[in-house]
Amino acid sequence: MTDLLTPVLSDNWDQDRAWTLASYEAQGGYDALGKALVMPPDDLIAMVKDSGLRGRGGAGFPTGMKWGFIPQGDDKPHYLVVNADEAEPGTCKDIPLMLASPHTLIEGIIISSYAIRANTAFIYIRGEVLHVIRRLHQAVAEAYRAGHLGRDIAGSGFDLDLIVHAGAGAYICGEETALLDSLEGRRGQPRLRPPFPAVAGLYACPTVINNVESIASVPCIVANGSDWFAHMGTEKSKGMTLYSLSGHVELPGQYEAPLGITLRTLLDLGGGVRSGHELKFWTPGGSSTPILTAEHLDVPLDYEAITDAGSMLGTKALQIFDETTCVVRAVLRWTEFYRHESCGKCTPCREGTWWLAQTLQRLEDGQGTESDLEVLVDLCDNILGRSFCALGDGATSPITSSIQFFRDEYLEHITGGGCPFDAEAATLFATAGAHA
Amino acid sequence: MTVTADSSERVDTVSVTIDGRELDVPEGTTIWTAAKEAGIDIPVLCHDERYDPVGVCRLCVVDTGGRVFAAACVRPCEDGMEITTSSDELERSRATLTELLVVDQPPPGADPKQTTTGDNLLLDLANGFDVLSSELPRGHGRGSDLSNPVIAVDHDSCILCDRCVRACDDIQGNDVIGRTGKGYSTRIAFDLDDPMGSSSCVTCGECVAACPTGAITNKPINAVPIRPRAELDAVESVCPYCGVGCALTFYVDRERGAIAFADGRDQPGSQGRLCVKGRYGWDYAASPQRLTVPLIRIDDAYPKGPLSGDVRGDSDEQSGRSGRRRKPGGLVPYDEVMPHFREATWSEALDLVADRLSGILAEHGTGSLAGFGSAKCSNEEAYLFQKLVRTGFRNNNVDHCTRLCHASSVAALFEGIGSGAVSTTYGDVINSDVAIITGSNPTSNHPVASTFFKQARRLGTTIIYIDPRAGKAADHADIFCQIKPGTDVAFYNSVMHEIIRSELVDRDFIDERTSNYDALAATVAEYPPERGEQITGISADVIRQIAKVWGEARAGVIFWGMGISQHTTGTDNARCLIALCSITGNVGKPGTGLHPLRGQNNVQGASDSGLIPMFLPDYQAVDSSDLRSRFESAWGTELDPKRGLTVTEIIGSVLEDGVRGMYMMGENPFLSDPNINKVRKALSALDFLVVQDIFVTETAEFADVILPATSYLEKDGTYTNTDRRVQLGRKVLDPPGQARSDWEITQEIANRLGLGWSYESPREVFEEMVGLMPSYANLSYDNLGSTGKLYPNADPEHSDGTVVMFDERFNTADGLAHLVPAEWLPAKELPNEEFPMVLNTGRLLEHWHTGSMTRRSYALDTIAPRAEVYLHADDAARIGVRDGEMARVRSRRGSITLHVKVSAREAPGNCFIPFHFREAAANLLTIDEIDPVGKIPEYKFCAVAVEPLSEARV
Repeated sequence: MTDLLTPVLSDNWDQDRAWTLASYEAQGGYDALGKALVMPPDDLIAMVKDSGLRGRGGAGFPTGMKWGFIPQGDDKPHYLVVNADEAEPGTCKDIPLMLASPHTLIEGIIISSYAIRANTAFIYIRGEVLHVIRRLHQAVAEAYRAGHLGRDIAGSGFDLDLIVHAGAGAYICGEETALLDSLEGRRGQPRLRPPFPAVAGLYACPTVINNVESIASVPCIVANGSDWFAHMGTEKSKGMTLYSLSGHVELPGQYEAPLGITLRTLLDLGGGVRSGHELKFWTPGGSSTPILTAEHLDVPLDYEAITDAGSMLGTKALQIFDETTCVVRAVLRWTEFYRHESCGKCTPCREGTWWLAQTLQRLEDGQGTESDLEVLVDLCDNILGRSFCALGDGATSPITSSIQFFRDEYLEHITGGGCPFDAEAATLFATAGAHA
Repeated sequence: MTVTADSSERVDTVSVTIDGRELDVPEGTTIWTAAKEAGIDIPVLCHDERYDPVGVCRLCVVDTGGRVFAAACVRPCEDGMEITTSSDELERSRATLTELLVVDQPPPGADPKQTTTGDNLLLDLANGFDVLSSELPRGHGRGSDLSNPVIAVDHDSCILCDRCVRACDDIQGNDVIGRTGKGYSTRIAFDLDDPMGSSSCVTCGECVAACPTGAITNKPINAVPIRPRAELDAVESVCPYCGVGCALTFYVDRERGAIAFADGRDQPGSQGRLCVKGRYGWDYAASPQRLTVPLIRIDDAYPKGPLSGDVRGDSDEQSGRSGRRRKPGGLVPYDEVMPHFREATWSEALDLVADRLSGILAEHGTGSLAGFGSAKCSNEEAYLFQKLVRTGFRNNNVDHCTRLCHASSVAALFEGIGSGAVSTTYGDVINSDVAIITGSNPTSNHPVASTFFKQARRLGTTIIYIDPRAGKAADHADIFCQIKPGTDVAFYNSVMHEIIRSELVDRDFIDERTSNYDALAATVAEYPPERGEQITGISADVIRQIAKVWGEARAGVIFWGMGISQHTTGTDNARCLIALCSITGNVGKPGTGLHPLRGQNNVQGASDSGLIPMFLPDYQAVDSSDLRSRFESAWGTELDPKRGLTVTEIIGSVLEDGVRGMYMMGENPFLSDPNINKVRKALSALDFLVVQDIFVTETAEFADVILPATSYLEKDGTYTNTDRRVQLGRKVLDPPGQARSDWEITQEIANRLGLGWSYESPREVFEEMVGLMPSYANLSYDNLGSTGKLYPNADPEHSDGTVVMFDERFNTADGLAHLVPAEWLPAKELPNEEFPMVLNTGRLLEHWHTGSMTRRSYALDTIAPRAEVYLHADDAARIGVRDGEMARVRSRRGSITLHVKVSAREAPGNCFIPFHFREAAANLLTIDEIDPVGKIPEYKFCAVAVEPLSEARV
């Protein structure tokens, strides 16, 4: 069973005080940096391109290609911004990584900045995770003291300043352009594109924005070569990645495995669905990705196969729900999240998410009518692809997919005068089988 | 001679198909714009061509065949794109969005917009999509904000289209409006979600003009209800306040005979923008205190003197008189003044005026009469007034408030480049690499012009602001120098020293276009930056930096205000600015030039029309026999070849028994002239004074006859703004009672003096003027159009006129710019132990000059109701006064008491008092020393003492 796991990013997490520089270096940390700093930056970009690394923040855009969009010789400052605003319901990989081994990220940042010729890099981290922010600050200070950051790093002539910036509690700031506005001191709202950040990002300068896991994957590619990385995973979804397994599962947590593993295998590794229960539905990549059901247990968890199955791989946040869960109630909770986190900039998302939540609440309370279902679908159609950024799209995913798979359960809410489920049975503190 | 963008740049085009129609549009054109130009209207709420598109309402989505719909307002056309703007799916999407928005709106019968101007764009759309009776659940109230006196905010009506945000941030550059909250709880917010009325909002009303729904609307002023535009009469006119000359439309309720509201109107200069005075300050004309019948002083009211306690100075405790306390507020107390006058018929009053004036003339000779015209009156009225003085009074003793604002600038400009008008427009700043704004507080005094400065900076123009006060312009400047007052000459000499030293001069321009450069260079050689630092308080490094930025700029422009001109060295100050532009070649091309920001709405026009003692209309010197003879033959009479007296000289002459009788048209020297105590003596000493005005002013208290005139809003005429734009002001309302137009009254007096005038209308006067004024050649009432025309203008039928002057030669006889070196001289009255502080005077955004209009405006007087002395916190602490307490300010000439405002905008040792407030008239303190050339008083510098009053807060 263990040979299915490929611990690379998480390999040192069980080391004593893994977050310290000493521990990290004892495991070979910062060796990749030394190797990178003697390479021409363009070779590094080519190496990351060749590795097939795709963005781990959800969209899966090839990282090396993104770096290649940065204009060179333009006499403007370049910036690397690491998106550590991990706030998607279900997603919990970047924060554990930064908590356990912040230097993996910092080393990745230095190499990536060198590749794109950035002399200033930022980590935009979710403001709620104070303990992780502190750990990052300490790690950055350690890296400065060790000469990995600052002027003339390791005698290479390369300068880099790294700034840790805490967000102020808005999910929208995980959207890369809203993140840039927030980082500039403005209200976090998505920007119009074009111009794209690669051309005019932070302070209107060329900017690369990457997810924590993407950047943290760079040192191992440099250390082991792009072939080593590309050897893992599937044809178009290469390498290993962190899967976040949560919900009604015996051993929730982060599982590092090659792309293309199936949920069935991951569930086996995680001890299976909560004892005495069976899988009802799950998300492949957080709440913004359409839900899937038990019939999708053998779909490979890579970008292509999940898309073919009608969902998205997203952040590989696998939330497991067993048969005690009311799908309407679960979707209502998510919808309330989007209603609360809509930045309010565009009409469909601001007004639509509020209205979706109202309607779902009505259904859950037994006050819904059959036409509500059609209106829900119709409204989702009018939000999907019509709002300013992807937040609105994400808000519709759980609704449309759950109506697709569980229309009858919705109808039961209407005909049965409300929710037929015992809400307590779905809680993790409920005794297994007590209410089954 | 005109400014246009370089049109030689090749523009690539792309081909698109919109609803089956093939179009070629320039690359970068949005789908919405391309469709509009093809006559296809795509519904939209958040977009308006005046603002950068933001794509937030999503109503304008169109089908481009892509995976998702595209927002047409932000999506650029791409070559080969096939666009469908309307389909069942698109219409369904729009209907759903409209329904989502309209469901939270107040019902149409209670909608703040639908029940006023009646043009709620959302309700229009909702009607079209038939979604007004939606069954969607309604949200809870987001509340309203009625804290601003003239603007109502209803958050429930807000659709968060961000039009107001862009109007405030991008158009006006005030950055007050933003958003707060998230998701459905999002609201527009003022500053940090403060009530609008206590935020930094300046009540320009640009947000009202921008709002498509009932979220931000005008409140009725003086209970005149705001009704749908279609039910009101729209009169296109021009703002009556400052020299920026913004075009506006007054919406008039004919049933009530009153203005309901005003709106900005597009014009090449002001582009539809207004400030608080223009948009909300028009109700003064409806004041019940308007003069409606001619008044004659009764016999008991002689010997003459001031009639109210305030003007007598009773309230000045220095006078030692005890008794009644001054009433708060600042209007002439009619109950004290009116009993000293009786009503008369027009013929009785006019006969009396003519009798007395001709009697004085007969008895005391040609030097015995004088007239003050007004820069508030039209070109035609200014022209007739000076014609009356020159042909009826038989001298050139005619002047107006230009003497008090830019006389020195004009003197220096005439000497240097042969023309007193601006060399380029304020809007041309967009073409400048660098703009120096100096001695000016444009956000208060030229608010709409300042919006263009702010906008230019956002687009890359470097703004250098030089002023002894840290006005709001400092917040928008790249370099701000808070120089010591009265050190301008030293400052600019130092900058020029450094420009010459670092060889940043434009040698070719100096050789070909200027004279006397060597003398200038020799003078400024004595002003190295270190010496500049010693005198001005600005570090030598900053002086060097400014020299570098200015010297290296491709195009630089200088805007200046009264901080340059109102000094005894005012002419020298302006000479330095002319030299600074000239030695770097910054005149005569786009984005360069000299722009003295004119104060009054028609100070440019009144000066052009000859309301100045040394010039006949169009600056034709009275002492040139050639020029004079043109007018002598046109007017059919001989003219006095001697230059007349200026404003300050006339006051002096009265006290020396020179001038005995005066005709005052719309001027109020009692508050506006320096050293009021001296003015008071002079006005009392006159044998005869006729005052023609719309209210009883402080000056009118000394009058023998008061003639009721029409306000700006009650007559036709042309007005020339700071840009040289001649615009038509149109009659909006009927005059109250028997009030008559100034030009008609002037003509009546002229005829009683035997001049035999027979003008039928201002149009006829304008035609006569144009014939005598080469600069105004080709202009006529028929070709001024709704937005006016710049002069000079060779072809007003087809051209807006000349933006940039002097591209080939200057107006001087030899065509060269004459550089005049100036040595720095200290101000006339320096601080000492007894009077340790420097007093600076000026204006507030909300008020105008002596306050006779603005203090009768509900909005303006509510926002800025009281007189204050602005002090730095250190000075306030040293003196022992706190913000809001009363203080006494004393100079060698007088003393006033007023509230203290602790202000971060003052430098320690300096204080500032706006001169609008008669109850604490700043000009009781100011010194009447004048500039030797421009004869302008030193309003910007005198020594005062500020002392605490023992009384508690008032």
